[in-house]
Amino acid sequence: MITTTQQLQSYLQAFDQSQKQAPAHNQEAWLRGVREDAFTRFCQLGFPTVHEEDWRFTNVAPIAESTFQLSERGLDGVTDHDVAPYRLAGLASQLVFVNGRYAPGLSRLTLGHKGLKVASLAEAILKEREKVEPHFARYADYRQEAFTALNTAFFEDGAFVFIPRGMVLEEPIYLLYLNVSSETPLMAHPRNLIVAEEDSQATVLEDYVSLRSGVSFSSVVTEMVAGEHTVLHHYRIEREDTQVFHVSTLRTQQGRSASVSSHSVLLGGALVRNNVHPVLAGEGGECLINGLFIGNGRQHMDNYMKVEHASAHCASRQFYNGILDGESRGVFHGRIIVHKDAQKTDAKQTNRNLLLSDGAQMDTKPQLEIHADDVKCTHGATIGQIDEEAFFYLRSRGLDEASARGLLLFAFASECLERMKPGSIRSYLERIITQSLPQAMYPEAVR
Amino acid sequence: MLQIKNLHVKVENHEILKGVNLKVNAGEVHSIMGPNGSGKSTLALVLARRETFQVTQGEVLFNGKDLLAMKPEEAACEGLFMAFQYPIEISGISNAYFLRAALNAIRKYRGQEEMDAMDFLPFYKEKMKLLDVDERFMNRSVNEGSSGGEKKRNEILQMALLEPKLAILDETDSGLDIDALKIVANGVNAMRSPDRATIVVTHYQRLLNYIVPDFVHVLVDGRIAKSGGKELALALEEKGYAWVEAEDHTAPVAV
Repeated sequence: MITTTQQLQSYLQAFDQSQKQAPAHNQEAWLRGVREDAFTRFCQLGFPTVHEEDWRFTNVAPIAESTFQLSERGLDGVTDHDVAPYRLAGLASQLVFVNGRYAPGLSRLTLGHKGLKVASLAEAILKEREKVEPHFARYADYRQEAFTALNTAFFEDGAFVFIPRGMVLEEPIYLLYLNVSSETPLMAHPRNLIVAEEDSQATVLEDYVSLRSGVSFSSVVTEMVAGEHTVLHHYRIEREDTQVFHVSTLRTQQGRSASVSSHSVLLGGALVRNNVHPVLAGEGGECLINGLFIGNGRQHMDNYMKVEHASAHCASRQFYNGILDGESRGVFHGRIIVHKDAQKTDAKQTNRNLLLSDGAQMDTKPQLEIHADDVKCTHGATIGQIDEEAFFYLRSRGLDEASARGLLLFAFASECLERMKPGSIRSYLERIITQSLPQAMYPEAVR
Repeated sequence: MLQIKNLHVKVENHEILKGVNLKVNAGEVHSIMGPNGSGKSTLALVLARRETFQVTQGEVLFNGKDLLAMKPEEAACEGLFMAFQYPIEISGISNAYFLRAALNAIRKYRGQEEMDAMDFLPFYKEKMKLLDVDERFMNRSVNEGSSGGEKKRNEILQMALLEPKLAILDETDSGLDIDALKIVANGVNAMRSPDRATIVVTHYQRLLNYIVPDFVHVLVDGRIAKSGGKELALALEEKGYAWVEAEDHTAPVAV
């Protein structure tokens, strides 16, 4: 249950407000039904507590006990100048959202890909209901997950990406979510739907950024549907201010022979929970879940994986690297669920962590639930310090302590980068990651 | 170049080196031989400034400066290089990047201009040719997935590139087949010069057929028990270390 009546009251008011603000898509009866249902479920479920297995290592009381408001329209004052550092060349499209609200003036849409849709979800709900309704809220389970229920009840907008059958989209799609805090703590609930029809290929980047420092709450849900024989690359960067609470879920539904990689890089936020939940629903599917989290200060970063093998002959790979400094705390909770008929499943999970200070803490927990009998599942985790031998080796060649340490941290982080497809997004991430590493050296030219 | 005076070293309260004396001049090649556990690798690592060893007594001068007061990177920048007995694997850092970073750290220390990638690559390729290393190697992670022989060759390649004043080879011959041994020895010999000194630490005489030393020292139980010319290595090969050990108890040799 929601911890206090006062908090419930504030969510009730907010729900009321969001109905009254009535963005056009709230008039859609089917959607209104889903929202009301989700809000009821949220009130029944309440925020999770550490007594629940899936939330054992993460206490969301700071979120549950605070009051957040929905942002009002037209008060953010974000200009093109603010977005300039987040422009990338060679994109298929860039959508920009400010506090969960679509900002058409800041977005860059490229035309010329016939059948490709990269648009506001709110708009798509009105104009392309036939593409949205069959998928929306069908995968991310708002009946069981409180944060998904919250997002479903409150979302105002997000991205709708539709890649038509057979399209091979070389240029990435960049979705940028700007968090502009105000004096009263705000909440935003970006909601994304990515649908890739059979035989298509695409790359999507979700980037969460703060333009001002301050307390706020982002709850994100992305549903991604990978049709038969698709190849999808999904990237997510969380680099909001260190006072931001951020809970996000990527729920992927994979069809037959679909190959999906999802890469998560967590650098910012005060309390971050990143749920990655692929369901391998068709035979021969593959998924790669690759992640890196770098915590410092009092940051808390919880990486929660739920990999469901629901069909035979599928392979999943999870690789997570964590670097924790200061008093930060990291969590890796890797569930692998192999359903009864998912024979010949091949699932692997690896979590490696570096603790740079005595105050940093890491909890890592594999959880294998296997209901089929002919499967291969392996998992492994390590928690350690910087390798003293390697440190000495580098120093013995002339590198000073800071450079040697920086190089080793970069090497550790680049294990994650090397699992990404080479290209503009990987280079972009390499720059972002390097800047966030203490004393890291930036390898140019000869790498 | 290097002067070691009465060096005593402890590891976890256990005395490993018990008064080592050694003088190495520019242009000379010295070999330090000895049975397992005699302290050979400890000596090499102390000179490379591995901080896990505790120096309890003695002094080491490197080109007139107090080596024992230096950090590993300072010793390296002053011109000391140790080829590791067990080179470390570092995944995620390419050989080329690592070596250029090292070279530039040393150049910077010496007040020289840093080398950019354009100047560095031809220089690196030339040294790779000397050690018969495939060019693709430069983009591979440092020592990752390499065989023992490849790692040792990489050590000598690094040495050729960093051009130290004093090179210490710590059992570089162990684990090498004869072909690799010849390549490594060629690399070392190519670097012999009147202003450079080399210390070859080895258990076996074999490497010394290819890198011919000016002096051979036998380290037994933390002390140099016997010193001589290259013929001492041959005598050791024939008679074994027990011969020196026996002699050592009757008449300790001061060097």
